[in-house]
Amino acid sequence: MTITIASGKGGTGKTTIATNLAVALATEKVQFLDCDVEAPNSHIFLRPAISKTEPVQILVPQVDDQKCTLCGRCAEVCEYHAIGLFGKRVLVFPDLCHACGGCSIACPENAITEVPHDVGLLQTGQSNGIHFFAGQLNIGEAKATPVINAVKRHIRSNWLNIIDAPPGTSCPVVETVRHSDYVLLVTEPTPFGLHDLELAVAVMRKVEVPCGVVLNRADIGDEGVENFCHEKNIDILLRIPHRRDIAEAYATGRLLIEMLPDYRAIFRQLYSDIEGQL
Amino acid sequence: MKELVVISGKGGTGKTSVLAAMASMATNAVVVDCDVDAANLHVLLNPQIQRRFDFYGGKIATIVKNRCTSCGICRDLCRFDAITPDYQVDAIACEGCGVCVWNCPENAIEFKEHKNGEWYISQTRFGDMVHAKLGIAEENSGKLVTMVRNEAQKLAQKYERDLLLVDGPPGIGCPVIAAITGADAVLIVVEPTRSAMHDMERVIQLARHFHIPVSIVINKYDLQMDLTTKIRALCQREKLDVVGEIPYDLDLVRAQMNGKTIVEYTDGNLRTCFVELWNTVQRHVLNRLIVKSSDHRRECV
Repeated sequence: MTITIASGKGGTGKTTIATNLAVALATEKVQFLDCDVEAPNSHIFLRPAISKTEPVQILVPQVDDQKCTLCGRCAEVCEYHAIGLFGKRVLVFPDLCHACGGCSIACPENAITEVPHDVGLLQTGQSNGIHFFAGQLNIGEAKATPVINAVKRHIRSNWLNIIDAPPGTSCPVVETVRHSDYVLLVTEPTPFGLHDLELAVAVMRKVEVPCGVVLNRADIGDEGVENFCHEKNIDILLRIPHRRDIAEAYATGRLLIEMLPDYRAIFRQLYSDIEGQL
Repeated sequence: MKELVVISGKGGTGKTSVLAAMASMATNAVVVDCDVDAANLHVLLNPQIQRRFDFYGGKIATIVKNRCTSCGICRDLCRFDAITPDYQVDAIACEGCGVCVWNCPENAIEFKEHKNGEWYISQTRFGDMVHAKLGIAEENSGKLVTMVRNEAQKLAQKYERDLLLVDGPPGIGCPVIAAITGADAVLIVVEPTRSAMHDMERVIQLARHFHIPVSIVINKYDLQMDLTTKIRALCQREKLDVVGEIPYDLDLVRAQMNGKTIVEYTDGNLRTCFVELWNTVQRHVLNRLIVKSSDHRRECV
């Protein structure tokens, strides 16, 4: 089973929910996959022993100037302007390349080969029995999706996979949540939290993944999120109150269930509730 | 005209609250929301949309059933697994590369411009605002960010505004790169948590990669003083100005629930902090940029 923790709005507590859920269930076969590759933070709380770090690569075109006749066909077919004819040379912009392979197929001279280009890192490790995988996008690289996919390749269908998703509602989020069995949307009861929850729910409906809500800092704001969930028939599976000591523990990288051991049972119950919904 | 972009790496550190507060004090600025896939600035600024535009960011393939012979070439060539076994294009997986279109022996695949979202020119109680909304589960947020910034620049030139105040997206990927490339300065909002500090370091590196000057504001600075001390030390080491420190205060949430910026909402200490922040940003960031750009002009001559 694969449960993804997502949110719409950033900073609502995705990583808190994902890491605590994983640790509370660590007696089972659990894998943790950090797909927030632009701003990965789960390692701070899980403190994994990393056994392997490998590059994530995409294939980008390389032009053989000897064979190239400057016909410009490659530039014509590239929808991303990642390859272009500039005077007497064809130039490649790996940052813009989506690695579709179109230019190398289109080149009538077979002058284009595809070579690996590093876009990020994939870390593999262990944390108290949890198999840990985390992606990290290289600074200056634009596209997170190849790194997300490199992490997701480690999903094992007969294990429980817990995925920490990036914030937002665009391609990195869609790529992360696709094919999940269930998505937990973490939000807070504020106008910002509500607005982004509405968008996130619309994404989940579009990709056809069932979802439920965790309401964090449940007592700081207004009724907006509760009313919205009621209207849309979305279950609020867990409410975590606002407490300054919880915020301080989070700040220093402590797990909620280390500070408040009662939460171990609460997170196990959360998992049972999700199983009950499926 | 100068352009200041507020970013953070980690989401939820207070970018939008800081940007909205500055917008309420700026006298001649255009406000821009570049967080196009989870925009929130409108909640505080209540923009009245004056003009609405469709955004076409890319194309999408469609297989014409009666021309398709199910030969399988498109499925073999597509690297995004976007063609289903019964030869339909999965619109969510399709990246609009066109490989299937060019290589179909039957010319059975159409390739049409696809609407990814909308963008708007609006009026707020503090002046003009340019913002956008990416369609649900759509791609090309970076392109939409670039378009919004370009349009805001045109608007600012037309009305002789001297500042663009830009609310950026979280992360370090394409929408962030699109939001900061070519900007005059970035302001990073950080909070004293290990997560936010980790992400701040990555976003500092990103800004430096594009040679953009960085300054820092510490939100909720009194939540965890040891970490705030570490942030200050890091900034000193990296020669980055800390232009403001905001205490941990739920008035920011209350202001949000009232649809107001913090400067409008309260007369208390929190307001003073934001007024000081804005004064420092003007003195230490924006005014210094004038000196820098005139130096640059001299060099060019």
